[in-house]
Amino acid sequence: MSRVMIYKRFERFWHWCQALLIFTLLFTGFEIHGSYSVLGFGDATQVHTLAAWALIVLWLFAIFWHITTGEWRQYIPTRNGLFAVIHYYLVGTFTRAEHPYRKTTRAKHNPLQRLAYLFFKLVISPVIWVSGLLYLFYAGWPGMLAGTLALEWVAMVHTAAAFAMLVFIIAHVYMTTMGHTLTSHIRPMVTGYDDIDDK
Amino acid sequence: MLPIKGFRSRTWLTTLLSVLLSSTASLAAFSAERSPPTADHSKFEALQGPFNSAQEVTEACLGCHNEAANQIRETTHWNWTYDHPETGQQLGKRNVINSFCGMVVTNEPRCTSCHAGYGWTDMNQPPPSEDSAVDCLVCHDTTGDYWKFPTLAGLPTDKPREWPGGSGKMVQPPDLPHIAQNVGASDRQNCGSCHFYGGGGDGVKHGDLDSSLVNPPRSLDVHMSPDGLDFACADCHSTWGHNVSGSRYQATAKDTVGIDVPGHTDLSRASCESCHGFEPHDKPKLNDHVEKLACQTCHVPEFARGGVPTKMWWDWSTAGRLDEDGNPITEYDESGHVSYLSTKGDFHHEENVVPHYAWFDGTVEYTLLEDGLDLSSEPIEINRIDGSADDPASRIWPFKLMRGKQPFDTQLNTLLVTHVFGADDTSLWSNFNWPNALQAGSEMSGRPFSGEYDFVETEMYWPITHMVPPAEQALRCGSCHGAESRLAGIGGIYMPGHSANAWLDRIGWLIVVMTLLGVLAHIAARVIFRGRKHS
Repeated sequence: MSRVMIYKRFERFWHWCQALLIFTLLFTGFEIHGSYSVLGFGDATQVHTLAAWALIVLWLFAIFWHITTGEWRQYIPTRNGLFAVIHYYLVGTFTRAEHPYRKTTRAKHNPLQRLAYLFFKLVISPVIWVSGLLYLFYAGWPGMLAGTLALEWVAMVHTAAAFAMLVFIIAHVYMTTMGHTLTSHIRPMVTGYDDIDDK
Repeated sequence: MLPIKGFRSRTWLTTLLSVLLSSTASLAAFSAERSPPTADHSKFEALQGPFNSAQEVTEACLGCHNEAANQIRETTHWNWTYDHPETGQQLGKRNVINSFCGMVVTNEPRCTSCHAGYGWTDMNQPPPSEDSAVDCLVCHDTTGDYWKFPTLAGLPTDKPREWPGGSGKMVQPPDLPHIAQNVGASDRQNCGSCHFYGGGGDGVKHGDLDSSLVNPPRSLDVHMSPDGLDFACADCHSTWGHNVSGSRYQATAKDTVGIDVPGHTDLSRASCESCHGFEPHDKPKLNDHVEKLACQTCHVPEFARGGVPTKMWWDWSTAGRLDEDGNPITEYDESGHVSYLSTKGDFHHEENVVPHYAWFDGTVEYTLLEDGLDLSSEPIEINRIDGSADDPASRIWPFKLMRGKQPFDTQLNTLLVTHVFGADDTSLWSNFNWPNALQAGSEMSGRPFSGEYDFVETEMYWPITHMVPPAEQALRCGSCHGAESRLAGIGGIYMPGHSANAWLDRIGWLIVVMTLLGVLAHIAARVIFRGRKHS
């Protein structure tokens, strides 16, 4: 076993900022949607819009980082070991079996994580991003778009994507508690260091 | 500016303060100023009097302003006739029926006390044609002493007369030379002398026009308040040859011209956009609303805010009830507002009224006397507002929705002429007898009446546009973007916070709850199996 820097400084910065922004966006977003009233519609809208722009800027940096560092390869999906991981979460975790996946710095996400994060990055986020920008700028839609697209549909897609985001976060947060100890998955995301098998 | 003058040694702070103070002071002063007149009317020989009648004053005015009478005779203020360019209907006070006292026909000279002239006593005839029949003073008196007596077809009284009847209060004839020597541009009180009192009393008709606007605080009307901009009506209702802009029959529901600049636009300032343009807010998101919402929808949050109640319900069917001695009855509600009169039936008065909202393209259609009523869809719309969500020329507007009950002919299915005023033996207010009043209304107007009548519930739309408070008092976002939205029921528009798709919410929250349950089940299984392992 050796302690290795597995989540680099930018990656941690990006992750936690994104977490904060997404929580803010979910909280204000469902208020804008009408699910409850805490800040008031006007303030909720303002915070939501600001957080959305901040997240977009953060994403631009993150995309640049993923491309330039080659870290995007961490999300290439693989079937190799996928079912073993699923089997572990459904059965093995109750029988105290060992986690079947051995992470390395080149492949720090297990096959199920890869799929989940890839779905997050390629489906949920882009849908939220595009529908959100259409929502924000609906008054300036070019004529052709305005003639074919209704704000209601944009709002529905945006809301559906928000539900998907909420479900992702619930599952994601819960899965982090399934390491050797409750916090052993979370600690590396804070300190950057994790113990990695030398084998 | 003045308090600063005494300071000898100023720090930079006091200098700054003085600059700020003086600039606001001059702004406030500037807003109330008018260009000085080029004539002092008190020096004109023709205006020295004495005048035997108001018409003689008019003749004196026309001695110099020799085109004024011709101009007036071209206006709606004179003809009370409006040929609607969109619907082809002939409207105007001479033709329409409303849900207040009904119509002018058969009720001259009470109604024509608000005609911009003298002596129009028969609606079957055009207004009097002689030049001296034009009333200059009602619009140009600056003394406040000129008053068209309510029952004299537009004339002021020429001798002491009691008003209201039976009150013992005597109205003295106006000092015509003094008034004539002090004429000037129309102010709020001039227009208000008729427009604030429509429907038979202060604030009765419009809801956003009443005597509180003569001297309103800023919180009531930021434009008209002497503490604000001190606008006269004509500052927005700009005129052209005595023709006043702004119409309730064909309103500008969406001004697409924008800020009015000479040589560029229509020279009508009777729309918010004429001064404020299309992007009046600092926040772009608010400007996005301009496409679908009239400015008034957010900026006139309530009407009848000046302490004068407006009539919201008028049930004519109960008129005529007398006490045991056969005397007319007056009853009051808990706010002290009149709630019943034997002459007029039952009323509801309200203050601080939240408007009714609807899509509006500016065109108003009327149910005229000859139009058949569709009794299957009560209430009958005395007027209908056109417009829809799909129409880019429409916006959501605030309205006073006037409701009540009015007589109609059960055989002919038409509304009826109501002869309410007159010192004869048929008018409703003198005799409290509906059949006689309706029969007389028919005979005097030449409109048919079968003799069979009943009362039908009616409603009438009055666009709300005045009583604009400072921006801080405009509606907050949540007034519409919320479950309890003011715009609930307005079709064809998706409002975040109000118009969520119920099925999407159900499915979405179901999945969220199932995910949480799955997590809980997984936690429970972990705890249980871990426990067994240890035991």
